[in-house]
Amino acid sequence: MKTNDLILQTATKLILFLIVLFSIYIFFAGHYTPGGGFVGGLLTSGAILLLLLAFDLKMVQNILPFNYLYMVALGLLFAIGTGAGALLFNTPFLTHAFGDIHLPVLGELHLHTATLFDLGVYLVVVGVTMTIIQTIGGDE
Amino acid sequence: MSLLHLAIIAPFLLAVFVPILYKHMKKVHTGWFVLPLPILLFAYFVSFISTTSNKQTVTESFSWISALGIDFTAKVDGLGLLFTLLITGIGALVVLYSIYYLSKDTEKLNTFYVYLLLFMGAMLGVVLSDNLIVLYLFWELTSFSSFLLIGYWYDREKSRYGAQKSMIITVFGGLAMLGGIILLYIMTGTFSITEIIAQSDVILSHPLFVPALLCFLLGAFTKSAQFPFHIWLPDAMEAPTPVSAYLHSATMVKAGIYLVARMSPVFAEHSLWLWLIAGFGLVTLFWGSFSAVKQTDLKSILAFSTVSQLGLIMSLLGIGAAALHFDNIDPALFTVATTAAVFHLINHATFKGSLFMVVGIVDHETGTRDIRKLGGLMNLMPITFTIAIIGAFSMAGLPPFNGFLSKEMFFTGMLSILNMDFNWGILFPVGAWIASVFTFIYSMIIVFKTFTGKYQPEKLEKKPHEAPIGMLISPIILASLVIIFGFFPNILSNSVLEPALQTIMPGFAFDVHIGFWHGFNAELLMTIGVVVVGILLYLTLSKWRSVYGIFPEKLALNRFYDNGLDWMQKGSHSLTNSYMSGSIRNYLAYMFSFIIILLTATLFGKDAFAVNTENVADIGPHEVILASMIAIASVAIMFTKTRITSIILTGTIGYLVSLFFVIFRAPDLALTQLVIETISVSLFLLCFYHLPKKLTDDPVSFKVRNAIIAVGVGAVVTLIALSAHSNKLFDSISQYYIENTYSEAAGGNMVNVILVDFRGFDTMFEITVLGIAALGIYGLIKLRKTGGKKL
Amino acid sequence: MEILMAFIIGILFMSATYLMLSRSIVRIIIGTTVLSHGAHLLILTMGGLKGGSAPLVGENASAYTDPLPQALILTAIVIAFGVTALFLVLGYRSYKELGTDNMEKLRGTEGND
Repeated sequence: MKTNDLILQTATKLILFLIVLFSIYIFFAGHYTPGGGFVGGLLTSGAILLLLLAFDLKMVQNILPFNYLYMVALGLLFAIGTGAGALLFNTPFLTHAFGDIHLPVLGELHLHTATLFDLGVYLVVVGVTMTIIQTIGGDE
Repeated sequence: MSLLHLAIIAPFLLAVFVPILYKHMKKVHTGWFVLPLPILLFAYFVSFISTTSNKQTVTESFSWISALGIDFTAKVDGLGLLFTLLITGIGALVVLYSIYYLSKDTEKLNTFYVYLLLFMGAMLGVVLSDNLIVLYLFWELTSFSSFLLIGYWYDREKSRYGAQKSMIITVFGGLAMLGGIILLYIMTGTFSITEIIAQSDVILSHPLFVPALLCFLLGAFTKSAQFPFHIWLPDAMEAPTPVSAYLHSATMVKAGIYLVARMSPVFAEHSLWLWLIAGFGLVTLFWGSFSAVKQTDLKSILAFSTVSQLGLIMSLLGIGAAALHFDNIDPALFTVATTAAVFHLINHATFKGSLFMVVGIVDHETGTRDIRKLGGLMNLMPITFTIAIIGAFSMAGLPPFNGFLSKEMFFTGMLSILNMDFNWGILFPVGAWIASVFTFIYSMIIVFKTFTGKYQPEKLEKKPHEAPIGMLISPIILASLVIIFGFFPNILSNSVLEPALQTIMPGFAFDVHIGFWHGFNAELLMTIGVVVVGILLYLTLSKWRSVYGIFPEKLALNRFYDNGLDWMQKGSHSLTNSYMSGSIRNYLAYMFSFIIILLTATLFGKDAFAVNTENVADIGPHEVILASMIAIASVAIMFTKTRITSIILTGTIGYLVSLFFVIFRAPDLALTQLVIETISVSLFLLCFYHLPKKLTDDPVSFKVRNAIIAVGVGAVVTLIALSAHSNKLFDSISQYYIENTYSEAAGGNMVNVILVDFRGFDTMFEITVLGIAALGIYGLIKLRKTGGKKL
Repeated sequence: MEILMAFIIGILFMSATYLMLSRSIVRIIIGTTVLSHGAHLLILTMGGLKGGSAPLVGENASAYTDPLPQALILTAIVIAFGVTALFLVLGYRSYKELGTDNMEKLRGTEGND
C-alpha cells in the first residue's frame, strides 16, 4: 500500500529542527526555568519519533546511525562519573561545584557540574526511548 | 589492614583469579597455581611460633562497623596459631594430593579450587577473629563452602542429599550460636572475645548465662558432629576424598572443638559446661566407634571414626574444664585432660589425614571402597599399605606412634574423673575403654580387610597398581609426622601445646612433658586390655556381627531426620499450594483485599481519619469540568471492549492529568507528562497491530468480585487522600529546598535542582532503572530464538 | 479542591484496580498506567495544592508550591513510562507467541510451571 505523506514529510522537515532546538534550549534552561534533562531528552526523542512517522525506520537509521544502547551506557557513565568526580575533591559522592567564568565579548558564563549530570540524564532518556521505539518498530 | 588481615583474605583474593587461570592455562593443572598459597601462609604463621611460645599475642584491628562494636580484629595466640598451622599445613598437603587425585581433563577444577580457597580463608578467619560477629560470619562461610564441596559432584543424588543435610544441621547450629553471641553481647556489651573473657565474673552470675551456654554448645556440637548431630558427617563423605581429608576430618569439623576451647575461659566455671561436654563427648565417642565397625565402605568407617575421635577430644575438653570448676582438687589432675585433647587434635589430623588419603588412593586405583570387594592389595601397593599400617596403628593407640601417647593421656584424663565426688564417675573410664576396643577393631578392619586376605580382581573395575608418586607424597609426609611425633612428642610441647593450653586455661601453669614409659600403671594395663580384647573380637567378628541387626531401623536418627524433612517439605508444599494458584490475578486480589483491610483498620484503629475543610484551595469551574472528564474517562475505560478505545481513553486520562499539573503550578510536570503521554500513545500505536482486536472478557461473577475489590480500593484511597490533607503531623522538609536552591546549588528551578543536586542519588538510580527496562525490551524482542517457535 | 481531588484519585485507583484484576493482558497494562496517574495525583495532593506560585526562584514570590512532591512525581512519571513500555512489549510478545491475551490460558500447566 502506498500512502501519500507529502504534507507530513514536508512539515516534519521544518518542525523537526524547531523541536530539536527547543529541546536543547529547554535542557540548558532547566536549571532556572522549567525543563531539564528529562523533558529535553523526551522532546528530542519526540522529534526523532516524528521523523520515524513521516519517513521509515531504515532511512532514520541511515540519518542517525547511533546504537542507542551505547547512548544509555554513555549517559549512565556521565551521571556516575560526575558523581564520582566529587570523590576526587574529597567531598561526598554527587557533590556538585559551580562557578562563573568571564568570557570576553560573550560576557558572564555560569558553569555548573550539575549540567554534566543532567546531560547524563538527557542521554539516558533519549537512548532508552529510542531503543524502545526502534526495537518495537523494527520487529518484523 | 595489616599483613595478618591480608593473610586471612589472601585465599579469597586468589579465588578470584582461579577461574581466569583455569580458563587460560588449560594445560597446567590449576592446583599448581593454588599450592604456593597455603605453603606461603604456613611459613608466615610458623614465624609467629616464637611470639606465642613466649606467651605473647599479636592483635591487629581493622575498623569495620565500629558503631555497632563490630571490628575485624585478628588475634594470634597459642590456640589460634595451632589451628592456623593445621589449616595451612594440611591445606598444602591436600592441594598437592588433589592435583593427582582430580584429573584436569574431566573435572571442573575451577569451581573445586574456588570452593577450597573459600573454605581456607573462612577457616583462617574463624580461628583468628577476636570479634564474635566476624567469627560467626566466617563460621557460616565454612558451612557454606563445605556445602559446595560436598555437592561438588552435584549430578549425583547422594552428593546433593549429603550437602543439604550438612548445610541444614550446621547452619541450624550456627544460628543457635549467633543467638548465644547476642546473649553474650547483652550481658557484656561487647563482641570482643578478649573483653568478654575479662568480664567472665559478670557473665557467670547473669540469668542469661545458661541460655548462652546452651546456644554455644549447640553451635559447637553441630559443627563437630557430636551425637545426635553426627548424622551429617557420614553423608558428607560424598565429597571428593581430598575434601573429606581436609574439611571433614582435619579442620572444619574441629571448629566446634575450637569454639569450646576458645569459650572455655568464659563458661567453664559452671558445672553444666563440664558435664554436657564430657557427657556428649563420651556418648559420641562410644557411638561413633561402635557404628564404625558395622560399615563396609572404607570412607564410612573413617567418617564414623572421625565422629568418635571428635567425641574423644570433646570429652577431654569437658574433663579439663573441671580444673576451673573444682577448687578443692589439684587442678593438675584435670589439666592433663586438656593437654591430651590438644595433643590428640594434632595427632588425629596427622593419622586420619593419611588414612583418608590412603582410602582415596585405594578408591582411585581399584574403583571401589567396599571392603567386601577389596583384599590382598598388600603386594600390589606396598607403599600405600605401609602408610595405612602406620595411620591405623596410631589410631588404634599402639606404640611407637603418636596415637599411643595421646591414648595413654586420654586414659589418664578419664581416670581423673574418679577424683571427683561423683558416684557414676566410673562410667567414664569404662565407656572410654569399650570405645577404645571398638576403635582398635575398626582400625584393624581398615588395614587387614583391604590389604590382606584374598585378592579378588574379578570384583574390581580397574587393575590396581601402586599410585603415582605425586599422590603418595602427602600421605608419606603425614605418616612420617605420625612417627616423628611418636618418638619426639616434646618438639611440640613448648612451641605449640603450651601456648595453646595457656589460651584455653589462662591462669594455670603448664609444663608439658610427654614420655613413653610411665611404669606398669592403670593406663598401660588398659591399653594392653584393649589390644587383647580387640584382637579376640576382631578374629570373631563374623560371629557377633549380628548384634547390629538388633537395633530397629525405625529408631535410627537418620530415619528421624529424613522423615522430619519430608514432613516439613510436604507441609509447606501443601500450605503454599493452598493459596498459590498460579494465577496472578488471584494474587493481586489477595494483595488488594489485604491493602483494604490493613489500611482501613489502621485508619480507624488509630483514629487518623479526619476531613478538614480549612485551608483547601479554591475550585474554579474549568477545574470541575476537567475533574468530571477524568472521572468519566476512567469509568469508561473499565467497560471498553476494543483495543483502540482503550488506548484513546488512556491517552485522554494522561493529557488531562498534565492539564491538572498546569493548574497546580507544576510546569515541569506538565511538560514531562505531555511529552511522555505523546510518546506512550505512539508506543501503544506501534504495538497496535500486534495487540488483540477485541479484549478477552471476564465472566460476570468474576467481574462482580473484581468490582467489589476495586470499589474498596478506590474508597480506601479516597479516605487516605482526605486524611493526608487533614493531618499534618510534622513540618515538611520542603522549606529547606525552597530556601537553599539558589544559595547552595546556584539554580532557579527548584524541581530540577532537587532532581540533579539535592536528591541526585534518586535520579541516578532512576535512570539506571530506565536503562534496565530498555535492556529488557531489547532482550525480549531482539534476543530470542528466530522463527517465533511455538512453545 | 483537595476534597475534589481525593475523589478523583479514588476513582482513578478504582478503575486501575478493576482493570488490573481482569483477564485481558491489555487491560492489565492499561491498569498499571492508570494506577500511576492516580499515584502521581495523590502525591501532589498530599503536599497541598496551589500553595503559591510555581517553584521557580525567578518568580520572586512570597510563597511557592511544594517542589518536593513535584520532584518525586517527575521521577515517578519517567519510571512509569519505562514500566509501561516493558509491560507493553511483554504483552504483545506473549500475544504473538501464544495467540491469546487471556491470562487464564497463559497459566503454566501442571508440571510445566
